[in-house]
Amino acid sequence: MYNHILSIVLFTPLIGALLLLFVPKQNKNAIRWLANIFAMLGFAVSLPLIPWFWALKDRAGFQFVEGRPNNWIPTIGAGYVIGIDGISFLLIMLTTLLGAISILSSWEAIQDRVKEYYVWFLVLQTGMLGVFMANDMFLFFVFWEAMLVPMYLLIGIWGGPRKLYAAIKFFLYTLFGSVLMLLGILFLYFHHHTLTGVYTFYLPDLYATAPKIGGHAAIWLFFAFFLGFAIKVPMFPFHTWLPDAHVEAPTAGSVILAGVMLKMGTYGLVRFAFPLFPEAAAYFAPALALLAVIGIIYGALVAMVQPDMKKLVAYSSVSHLGFVVLGIAAMNTQGVSGAVYQMLSHGISTGGLFLIVGMLSDRRHTRLIAEYGGLKKIAPHLVAAFLLVTLASIGLPGLNGFVGEFLILLGAFRWEPRLAAFAATGMILSATYMLWMFQRVNYGPVTNDKNTTLADLQPREWAVIVPIIAVAILMGVVPNLFLRPIEPAVDRMLNHFHQGASTRVQLEPPAAASRITIAPTTGLEPPAPATWFASEVRR
Amino acid sequence: MTPSLNAIVPMACVTAAGIAAMVAESFRDPGERMPIAGLGVVGLLGAAFATVLLWNHNASSFGVVAADNFALFVTGTLVVVALLSLAISGPTVDRQHLPGGEYYALMLFATAGMMLMAAATDLLVIFLALEVMSLAVYVLTGIRRDSLASTEAAFKYFLLGAFSSAFFLYGIAFTYGLTGSTRLDRISTLIAAQATAPTPMRYVALGLLIVGFAFKVSAVPFHMWTPDAYEGAPPAVTGFMSTGVKAAAFAAFARVFLSAFEPLRGTWGDVIWILAAATMILGTVAGVTQSSVKRMLAYSSIGHGGYLLVALVSANNVGKGAILFYLLTYAVTNIGAFGVIALLDTGDRPNDQVKDYAGLWHDRPALAALMTIFLLSLGGFPPMAGFIAKWYVFNAAVRAGYTGLAIIGVLTSVVSVFFYLRIVVMMYMTPAETPVPVPPVPRFAAAALVVSALLIFYLGVLPTRVLDWAAASISTIF
Repeated sequence: MYNHILSIVLFTPLIGALLLLFVPKQNKNAIRWLANIFAMLGFAVSLPLIPWFWALKDRAGFQFVEGRPNNWIPTIGAGYVIGIDGISFLLIMLTTLLGAISILSSWEAIQDRVKEYYVWFLVLQTGMLGVFMANDMFLFFVFWEAMLVPMYLLIGIWGGPRKLYAAIKFFLYTLFGSVLMLLGILFLYFHHHTLTGVYTFYLPDLYATAPKIGGHAAIWLFFAFFLGFAIKVPMFPFHTWLPDAHVEAPTAGSVILAGVMLKMGTYGLVRFAFPLFPEAAAYFAPALALLAVIGIIYGALVAMVQPDMKKLVAYSSVSHLGFVVLGIAAMNTQGVSGAVYQMLSHGISTGGLFLIVGMLSDRRHTRLIAEYGGLKKIAPHLVAAFLLVTLASIGLPGLNGFVGEFLILLGAFRWEPRLAAFAATGMILSATYMLWMFQRVNYGPVTNDKNTTLADLQPREWAVIVPIIAVAILMGVVPNLFLRPIEPAVDRMLNHFHQGASTRVQLEPPAAASRITIAPTTGLEPPAPATWFASEVRR
Repeated sequence: MTPSLNAIVPMACVTAAGIAAMVAESFRDPGERMPIAGLGVVGLLGAAFATVLLWNHNASSFGVVAADNFALFVTGTLVVVALLSLAISGPTVDRQHLPGGEYYALMLFATAGMMLMAAATDLLVIFLALEVMSLAVYVLTGIRRDSLASTEAAFKYFLLGAFSSAFFLYGIAFTYGLTGSTRLDRISTLIAAQATAPTPMRYVALGLLIVGFAFKVSAVPFHMWTPDAYEGAPPAVTGFMSTGVKAAAFAAFARVFLSAFEPLRGTWGDVIWILAAATMILGTVAGVTQSSVKRMLAYSSIGHGGYLLVALVSANNVGKGAILFYLLTYAVTNIGAFGVIALLDTGDRPNDQVKDYAGLWHDRPALAALMTIFLLSLGGFPPMAGFIAKWYVFNAAVRAGYTGLAIIGVLTSVVSVFFYLRIVVMMYMTPAETPVPVPPVPRFAAAALVVSALLIFYLGVLPTRVLDWAAASISTIF
């Protein structure tokens, strides 16, 4: 099992989906049981990764690697190669956990076309895991595209009133992004061949040759990859599909969309866009960071005025993911580690928020804040869970949100204090919109009679929300448990990045930043303080 | 059997089955049901068996028919096409009250013509095969004699097809005048020998041959007949001719241009480049606005012809095999899609408008799921076969230096996703206004669709073996 653990984790949901095809569709409960069993199984088989990963001596490179380069379609150099490092390890754990939770949460919410729903959900799960595991650009692209269809159907079939519009918008945006990326991948592939005479999509090989692309080509390539990922994140000007998709998607779809799929964009930036084109990335980093900061503040301000809870949480995602991109753009240990940490943390807390909003709208069939009020007296347990998740999202110290955002701000401050200063307002704003929403929903008198009979948490809902809260607390109290796998991988990636970037980019002397760290750091120096629209960067 | 007949065994099997079908029909009492399609299946299985036996033997008959691996790969593809077509023809024949014996016999004769076209190494034999195939397909197109659309389609197809045959024949005449031979191998050596002294006649000959083939593969601007013919023909016939005719025509196209006219690649390469670009763009753009699924798939098949032209023009030592793999993938996928259309056709009502697909998922989840697989594969989505096939073609194009074509190809495939997706949206997300009456699905037809879908996944996930076969096959002709 040790040698094939990744394949097992990857394909367990798919096997579940295939088995589901053979269950008659009238048999809804059998379908639900089977889907839940396989989702749980998917999580269970990923659990051994934790001790095994922990026991590794070298956590920097890809581990548990299966397959050899070019073994899948040798004639074009595509391989079934999967492997994980610290970054993808945690994202995989997040995916299996959230997958199991959201499938459990759909038990009663989905009554229509139950079989198809679970089949697509499990297929989606495999697609997402594949994206995080692939060490081959071709394989990566296959999973990346294959994931699009199930999500499209989940939104388009089981979504809310404007589901068609939302589904098509989601599809067009992401498809546009992935086509640009496809062209970029092809360019890399042929460039690799020009340099080495070998056709391959094997990622470590491409890591070696891609940074040698110089000048305009690198800029365009970075741009193509960046756009593909930025749409997925989504970063500020490309975010407009997100609120629509979120509002219309079923609860479990929102959880997976916000919890895992958005991370694919930021994961792509860390895994592909930055290390493959360090020079161009360094050139664009200031602009990226600026967009990220605009996203942080803009997302927060828009979230504040939303009457719809789900839309509010969706815009808060734009804001929180702005932090992640800022951390990545800073390209120092704190920034990137914080960004990875924040990816996890956002998955947990936003997943939790969507689950809670889903529970409320299952009861009342509305998500408008104004329809609620005074829930605290009626459903105390639900409100307590709501409070914890809200505080986690705000970034209260002791819960998960704090660590990531703090590290990111630290990294950003070492790089460019002005940006960090603006970004920090995002934390304050997030407290404002979240707490204001929480207050309007849960405190005060019960203004709407329909709310007086609201049920408190049901057993299944306990089972759904408790793991989320447990992980949130764990991440807040012992962050090192999570940072330790992240850091070697991040350092390795940064080493690679700075080698690539410094071949062309003149580094200014590092700012004498004081080392305030809550995590062990390496001696890596930060890159130049932002050289705005730096003409001097490209010599 | 004398050795020199080996190469024609596959076609002989199919022809024998066709004759048997005609004879059986004449002995059939009116109203009696006869498993005539079964005869075709037997003949096709015989052809498949012969194909396997002949593999790697490089047999040749009369010096004008070669059973090299290239021909055999195409023959194999055609066997698959014909088997699937026979299976999906059942409901069409029953519901539209078509004369079964004639229908199946014509289909088998057309298949034999296609096989001969792929294996012929002489321009005159190619012409002969082309006519055998075309005449049978003209009749099949118009086999619903009482239907105005069907007759109109057949008439258009016939007139334009006759024109294109004339062009083709004229091209052969010029080639003969130029080289004194119609044998591909001799043409090749003679043209290579004359390469230093280009004559205008050579361009005329090339141009006429290109026009003839471009008609048959419906390349823009010679595609005008395609949408009408595809729309008017019974759906099972459309499935058959959009895949079989295309496969055979492309096989002959590739053989003639890659072996006989290989020395002139510099000349015809540019022409094909333009044809390919125009075909991809027009096929895709025109597909977007169609309201009939059949018509949309007709334009889509024009577009796919464009990708095949890209594969043809970039066929060289690195990118070889792309065209054969694409042909196989496209054939399996497209015939599946037309199979679904054929199953939805009740006989009284074609149900081939995009809006007829609304809510199909609710009534017929399996049909809708299969249609989704076919459409996504046509659109080039992983992990379906269409993705690998397209990738392979574009890869070959870039390696051969046709980056521009590859970029056009990628962009047009993205646009094409929109119209494939429209049907998916209809089937899954739009409730039906008036539920379309869906007739029961016969077992054989259902099995054929499932087999197509499985093949699509097989070719998409584990393509290596077939890719190797394709590469090995095409290397026998140049």
